[in-house]
Amino acid sequence: MTKTITDVICPFCGTLCDDVEVVVSDDGKKLLEVANACVIGTEKFLHSQEPDRVTRPRLRQEDGSWKTVSYEEAADYTAKMLAKAKKPLMYGWSSTNCEAQSIGNEIAEIAKSCCDNTAAVCHGTTLIAVQDIGLPSCTLGEIKNRADRVIFWGCNPAHAHPRHMSRYSIFPRGFFTGKGQMSRKMVVVDPRCTDTAKMADVHLQIQQGHDYELLDALRVALKGEWLPDSVAGIPAEKIREVADIMKSGRFGIIFFGMGVTQSLSKNHNIDAAIALTKDLNEHTKFSIMPMRGHYNVTGSGEVFAWQFGFPYSVDLTRGFARYNPGDSSSVDLLTRGEVDAMFTIGSDPGAHFPISAVKGIAKVDSVCIDPHMTPTSGVSKLHVPVAFNGVECGGNCYRMDNVPIDCRKVVEPPEGMLTDQEFLTMVLDRLKKLKGVA
Amino acid sequence: MANSISVNLISGRTIQQGVAIESGKEKPSYRTACGIIEMDPSDLKKLGAWKSTNVKVTSDYGSVVVKAVEATQGPHPGVAFIPMGPWANSVINPNTYSTGMPTFKGTPVKIEVAINEPVLLGIELVQKNCGVIVG
Ligand code: SF4
Repeated sequence: MTKTITDVICPFCGTLCDDVEVVVSDDGKKLLEVANACVIGTEKFLHSQEPDRVTRPRLRQEDGSWKTVSYEEAADYTAKMLAKAKKPLMYGWSSTNCEAQSIGNEIAEIAKSCCDNTAAVCHGTTLIAVQDIGLPSCTLGEIKNRADRVIFWGCNPAHAHPRHMSRYSIFPRGFFTGKGQMSRKMVVVDPRCTDTAKMADVHLQIQQGHDYELLDALRVALKGEWLPDSVAGIPAEKIREVADIMKSGRFGIIFFGMGVTQSLSKNHNIDAAIALTKDLNEHTKFSIMPMRGHYNVTGSGEVFAWQFGFPYSVDLTRGFARYNPGDSSSVDLLTRGEVDAMFTIGSDPGAHFPISAVKGIAKVDSVCIDPHMTPTSGVSKLHVPVAFNGVECGGNCYRMDNVPIDCRKVVEPPEGMLTDQEFLTMVLDRLKKLKGVA
Repeated sequence: MANSISVNLISGRTIQQGVAIESGKEKPSYRTACGIIEMDPSDLKKLGAWKSTNVKVTSDYGSVVVKAVEATQGPHPGVAFIPMGPWANSVINPNTYSTGMPTFKGTPVKIEVAINEPVLLGIELVQKNCGVIVG
């Protein structure tokens, strides 16, 4: 006999779908089938069942080979590394639960470390803009029920958040959007004709990196002022047409992604997008929301902000929290060679940082806590595999619209494997002893 | 036909990249999904390269060998796309200009045909670039 578990949360992207169904064996040890999730979510659940999974910590030897060690030895190594380091960097946190993040922050405070999450390479610039001028936002439920104007700016949910459009933003029939897709006008701004752009009523194929100009041009068009013949490769008539679409709606939303956060101008692009949203509110109701990537990067920002006062790139080396992206941010710290120990959890900077920063990881003592083998574990001295959060253990996570949702455990981890929380608690206990903290 | 062409490189997520990272970054499927460069057909023609030819991509910050494929989300002449991952990150502009965020999108690169050079596996590529000894 098998059991079907309903209302399971998918721990992959910031959409945090909460309608997944999984079939597990009677003893709860094997996960057999996954329904309702997209291909990426399904793969995440099924990969936990791979027979070739690493199930015990491994320490790299002089000759480059791995030696299997116990979790106790791994916790000793980690605590000693953090205790000894002058400027350790504790990075990641976006693929683990808020409970583990909070223990991590306690460790960081004792170790006087720099702490950062994956916003560093995704929506960090958004956070800077929000601190500059605020963020008129809403929840995904409001969008489902009310939004009749949906703008995707520099994001491609068809690939990055595969069920976003079907669950919340385009297709669902909501309270005031009874005709689903027919009730909404969809505009996509992207330098490529992406699979999302192909579905849009209007696609503005912008010249790459010219988002700031186009956002400003839309503000000008809203005010009915003069525009040059073309801005960022888009003809003035088209800009006026989109401005009219936007202001004629009853409730509009701008979703934005890496196209604006990672192009030149960075946080200033988002400043302009938020200012446009503000201007639109003179005509109708408009909101704006970042398309957060990792399923709990939002939660990590919340926990950092709640405990340290800043959402990412926090530097505790002086014994109090400082925040200065560009100085206290991971990529800059690593590229400048300022870090003397690297602790990675729930992310893969080895794959997703520029190679010049990855070299900074390879040079120092390092620990990588991750269920997978990754480029980060490939350049780290210690690899600690743990249970898959959201599959083999539960815990709190935040959806991209800041709604907290509890993830569920659906299957047992392989015999004897620890969760992030359990391993971090072991490290914390040891570090307290080493530092003489009660 | 030219020996090399210059384009504007961007990187980003694809659904194949998402599936591949969850099924295992040590596997060849990760390379199939992300060790590629999506080019506009007109740019492939300018370069004189067939689809599925290995090419070397070079920027001011490094170089990497990837397989050139025809753009799946085109047309986008003059713009090339490498899915996010170690291949893209071998060449993108790491400067954060004091924001903490590298410039993952909008790096000028040169592309040349490199039929005889292999595309490395993801973990292997990073280890090689970092000079990590593996046993
Ligand atoms: S859209 Fe995101 S949260 Fe939903 S099933 Fe797919 S990967 Fe999971």
